[in-house]
Amino acid sequence: MHVDIIDQYQFLESRIHALDPRVKVLISVGFILSNALLPDGSWPAFALSWLVLLLANDLANLGLGFTLKRSLIALPFALVAISAIFSPIGEPLAIWDLGFIKLVPTDAGLIRFFSIMVRSWLSVQMAILLVATTQFPDLIHALEHLHLPITLTTIIAFLFRYLFVLTDEVFRILRARDARSAGLPGLKSGGKLAWRIKTTGSMAGQLFTRSYERSDRIYLAMISRGYTGRIRTLHPHQMDRSDWLTLAWSAALLTLIQIVGWIR
Amino acid sequence: MLYSPVYMHIPDGFLTLAVSLVFWGITIVMVALAVKNTNRSLGEKQIPLMGVMAAFIFAAQMLNFPIAGGTSGHFLGGALAAIVLGPWAGILVMTAVISVQALLFQDGGLLVMGANIFNMGILTAVIGFGLYRLAIGQKRVLRLAMAGIGAWLATMTAALMASLQLWLSGTTPLEIVIPAMLGVHAFIGIGEALITVAALVYIEQTRPDLMSEEKTAQEGGHGWVIGGVLVTLAAVILSPLASAHPDGLERVAENLGFLGRGMDAPFQILPDYTIPFLGETALSTILAGALGALLLLGLTILLGRSLIRKGNQA
Repeated sequence: MHVDIIDQYQFLESRIHALDPRVKVLISVGFILSNALLPDGSWPAFALSWLVLLLANDLANLGLGFTLKRSLIALPFALVAISAIFSPIGEPLAIWDLGFIKLVPTDAGLIRFFSIMVRSWLSVQMAILLVATTQFPDLIHALEHLHLPITLTTIIAFLFRYLFVLTDEVFRILRARDARSAGLPGLKSGGKLAWRIKTTGSMAGQLFTRSYERSDRIYLAMISRGYTGRIRTLHPHQMDRSDWLTLAWSAALLTLIQIVGWIR
Repeated sequence: MLYSPVYMHIPDGFLTLAVSLVFWGITIVMVALAVKNTNRSLGEKQIPLMGVMAAFIFAAQMLNFPIAGGTSGHFLGGALAAIVLGPWAGILVMTAVISVQALLFQDGGLLVMGANIFNMGILTAVIGFGLYRLAIGQKRVLRLAMAGIGAWLATMTAALMASLQLWLSGTTPLEIVIPAMLGVHAFIGIGEALITVAALVYIEQTRPDLMSEEKTAQEGGHGWVIGGVLVTLAAVILSPLASAHPDGLERVAENLGFLGRGMDAPFQILPDYTIPFLGETALSTILAGALGALLLLGLTILLGRSLIRKGNQA
């Protein structure tokens, strides 16, 4: 399998792509932080945040709706937030008696629900934008510059590098299972639940031993090529004027959003 | 098809800043300890190993088996990683997995990543490894049963913790989120337990050297057993209490100085509801909670240290 299937990086040229990855990480985290800081129901500030996001989409040459299209991933979690509507805060709007439980939606609960959804939706879009404009190795390098422990960043780098190799391994194992449990059309194939569990467990174990042994070979191959416990990159990653400028502009914008959010 | 999100990854926006930061704090301490411990005991060779193992967990999450009615057994892998690789390495591996899930797939948020790592990486390692370590020296069946129970309990505790975080953030009332989350994960946890046990059986048969009892005993001392048992007990006591008598838990929480959010008369107008975390009570509450959690953690680690030292002398 090729990296493109999972990797969400968009090969484009733009001002955002060219920014130092550290700047992009800081701005993204700052944006998500700003969303978390905004009080419930501060719609103008949320709208302003969304405009900033649209602008960033445009500057990155992705098209205005790019992150919007991919932002539905957090939607299933909305189920959890629905119960916020029935928080015992604010005025009750109605009483729904379902027999076993009495549901009382409240106005403040409704505001909280929509605020949570908007915050989550904006934050997810920023994260999408970050990985769409930053190559993953650069992202890891940025985290290293931001003083994450090297052990951890190196593990993450290895994870990314071998994810695709092991995914291929999974597909081989799944193909082998399918080949061995063929069934006639219309008839159920495969065994009972216990058999399925045993098979899945063996597949996980098989995958484990294959991965373990592969990591041994990888390590020996890397040692013989001069590995010192650190992954290097060809990108120098130096902050230049435009990086600092973007950082300053973003900080100013986020401050503005906070001011708009808290003044009422 | 390639990647299906699991319910337990909390997205950004669902936790308040204070709750997110408290769990980041605990997670950073634990991950730093894990880095220190693995660096000391394992050396550079372990880094590629842990990286590939993290990729393994990631890939293994694609193996799901159909149960019934369109649902399928999912695999989180925290307990398995901690049992086979040792608890500290398990924590690092799960941290890497959860970071990449958040960064690359937006499954789980960035600001709430500390909470997600705590739930799915740290709690699962403590419970999964601690309970398995408890059964070292016992019969094989008992050991495997403990691994299975540990995997199930780890999943349930992670779900319980996620519920509590959502509740503390005022995202959802306790009496709704706890039965919902625990109900769903009771099933997911069974799948987790079965796959964990079946995988351990396979690994024991093919690579017994990786699974020897001496190796497991070396990887983590009795401190992990105590930690695992304590956390499990807390979860086991807390969850029925919380689901059957949410009012009770809320009252206890208030007596201890936790949030009084649940105690507000249902229809009272709260003018300050728009300040989700700056409120004096909320902040002091969360600080108290964090302090308690840190204290418990510190005690567990100190206990573990002293036990390891005793074990080495003997």
